[in-house]
Amino acid sequence: MKTAEERWLYTISSKKRLIDFNFREIWRYRDLLFLFVKRDIITLYKQTILGPLWYLIQPLFTSLIFTLIFNNLADIPTGEGVPNFLFNLAGITAWNYFKECLVGTSDTFKKNENIFGKVYFPRVIMPMSVVVSNLLKFGIQLLVLSGFYLYYVFFSKVTYDIAPGLNILVFPLFVILMALLGLGLGMIVSSMTTKYRDLTFLIQFGVQLLMYGSAVMYPMSYFKDKLPNYYWLIEWNPIAIIVESFRVIILGDGHLDINKIIYAIIISCVIFLLGLVIFNKTEKSFIDTI
Amino acid sequence: MSSEVILKVENLGKQYRLGLVGTGTISHDINRWWSRVRGKDDPYLKVGETNVRSEKGDSQYVWAIKNINFEVKRGEVLGIIGKNGAGKSTLLKILSKVTSPTVGIVKTNGRIASLLEVGTGFHPEMTGRENIYLNGAILGMTKAEINDKIDEIIEFSGCLRYIDTPVKRYSSGMRVRLAFAVAAFLEPDILVVDEVLAVGDAEFQKKAIGKMQDISSSDGRTVLFVSHNMESMARLCERGILLNHGEIEFTGKINDVIDYYLSNNLEFRSTFTETDLDENCYVQRVSLKNSKGESTSNFRFNEDISVEFDIIKNEGVLDDFDLSFAVVNSSNVVILSSSFSDSNSFSIEEGETTFKAKINGNFLNKGDYKIRLFFYNNTKRQGVQRIDCLNFKINEIGFYNNAQVRRALIIPNLDWVKE
Repeated sequence: MKTAEERWLYTISSKKRLIDFNFREIWRYRDLLFLFVKRDIITLYKQTILGPLWYLIQPLFTSLIFTLIFNNLADIPTGEGVPNFLFNLAGITAWNYFKECLVGTSDTFKKNENIFGKVYFPRVIMPMSVVVSNLLKFGIQLLVLSGFYLYYVFFSKVTYDIAPGLNILVFPLFVILMALLGLGLGMIVSSMTTKYRDLTFLIQFGVQLLMYGSAVMYPMSYFKDKLPNYYWLIEWNPIAIIVESFRVIILGDGHLDINKIIYAIIISCVIFLLGLVIFNKTEKSFIDTI
Repeated sequence: MSSEVILKVENLGKQYRLGLVGTGTISHDINRWWSRVRGKDDPYLKVGETNVRSEKGDSQYVWAIKNINFEVKRGEVLGIIGKNGAGKSTLLKILSKVTSPTVGIVKTNGRIASLLEVGTGFHPEMTGRENIYLNGAILGMTKAEINDKIDEIIEFSGCLRYIDTPVKRYSSGMRVRLAFAVAAFLEPDILVVDEVLAVGDAEFQKKAIGKMQDISSSDGRTVLFVSHNMESMARLCERGILLNHGEIEFTGKINDVIDYYLSNNLEFRSTFTETDLDENCYVQRVSLKNSKGESTSNFRFNEDISVEFDIIKNEGVLDDFDLSFAVVNSSNVVILSSSFSDSNSFSIEEGETTFKAKINGNFLNKGDYKIRLFFYNNTKRQGVQRIDCLNFKINEIGFYNNAQVRRALIIPNLDWVKE
């Protein structure tokens, strides 16, 4: 055999490079990503009566309860001229997308053990498909939000001071940030759970706790006024910054804090990249430990 | 072109940890990490033992496969043979990138697709058609490729009528047909196939094997094939590798590998000694030999079996002895019986005498058989019987061309004449 022939297209070995990411390969499997998305959407509400209506019911009822408890009972102000219900609905819509991305991707390895154990494809396709199919869910919830928005603007007897400003243009940025953050954290958690199952339990109530620290049912400024000693807990929480900014953009109340947004962008990217690296390292051998 | 090496495996090994995975791993992880930081080898890599399933070892770590080296050329069909736990599946898993090796390297010049299971990722709620797309994409096809082949796939599966029905309403056989149909139209450079043909009815198996043959012979694709069915192995493959306890024990032409594997299958006895009847005249050895004169207990259907009796008769023994044997199948039906006195010309001489009886090939159907031995002293009218002194196996390799195994005790090659 001549040495000239010793050139190989692919090699399989135990050596792991830290960043070993084959974007070309992922691109080649893009159809698989969309087929997974299609599968999720087709099969999620099979044999349910209300079907996709469940996408709407959950945020609506949660917002109603929040309005009742936090605004009517606990008297948390939602800003000048902003309807409580709309404030909560906006917060929940944003939070839900992040949460669904995180929870949906956090059990990637465990849930897909069967497929992963039998056939190879870039594993990252799986969590990516979760993020994309949640995007659809998010879109529907956004439509509901817009419906109520229009109702409050045009049909409500009280006039509300809500209008999205020009900064609505950066809206997609925040969707991307939520996706990156959810996906990044989800990939880290799913990689760790292959060895240490404790994290499955942690994620369940961790997400619940995180919601209270993520400015979903209160404006950050109110928190600062009421509990200045604890403000540091949420001040630099990237998801709180994203939820808050999301609401500012939509309701036009308050202003965007550019420094914090840049901070959130950096954190999201770092967590996403970290997630990719850990996920990539885990995917090679997880099948032996799970 | 045809001699181009498309896959090269060098020094491949995979180590597994036995027992409770998950307990004590943190300390091992830290230890491992610490030696890596200091630039040393993994401390747990050294303690591995070879993988002998039935024996108890000292170490917590075993090598599922070890020191695997081989090459495959383009268009070649390589069979991988071995007992349960020999490391076949581990090897295939590494080749299909499901898990990574502990040491060693695999180099390829083509895209590998693996078929370790049929119907991976089938979703019961989706229709047959939707599942074809999903399963095809999981196996590495693009949507455009599937679009081109969808009609052929449906036709090959024979599920046209149900193609828009959710797969959960399918019978299990239909599901397998559909899944294999998708896999059959994969077009990788190297196809890795685990024991997947064992499912499905005979008709479909035949179709599937035919399709596999097409893939390698006409399309020039390389196939790595694992099966316990030596018949399909012999038909499909050119070369074979025998794995034993995680290491390559034998490699060569597929027929040689199968012979080697079957003859080293130690569950069957092929020699026996009988001295109970008479100390001065006894059967020193009964053995079964194949046409090459090798002692074995595995025979192909078309292979002649030589039953050999070594009889020792000491000086001064005047008694007259008779020897006969019977072949009994696994349901204890006596298939045939034969005695050396059937041919009148022999007698036992003093010293050692060997008698051979030939059971022709193309005669006993496939299955497990026992040899029953009778040794009789005609003068004293005493005898001894050994119910299962030897056992042997006829396998289906070399069966008549119409591959269906027939339901008959014997399948003799009768004289067919056309007049």
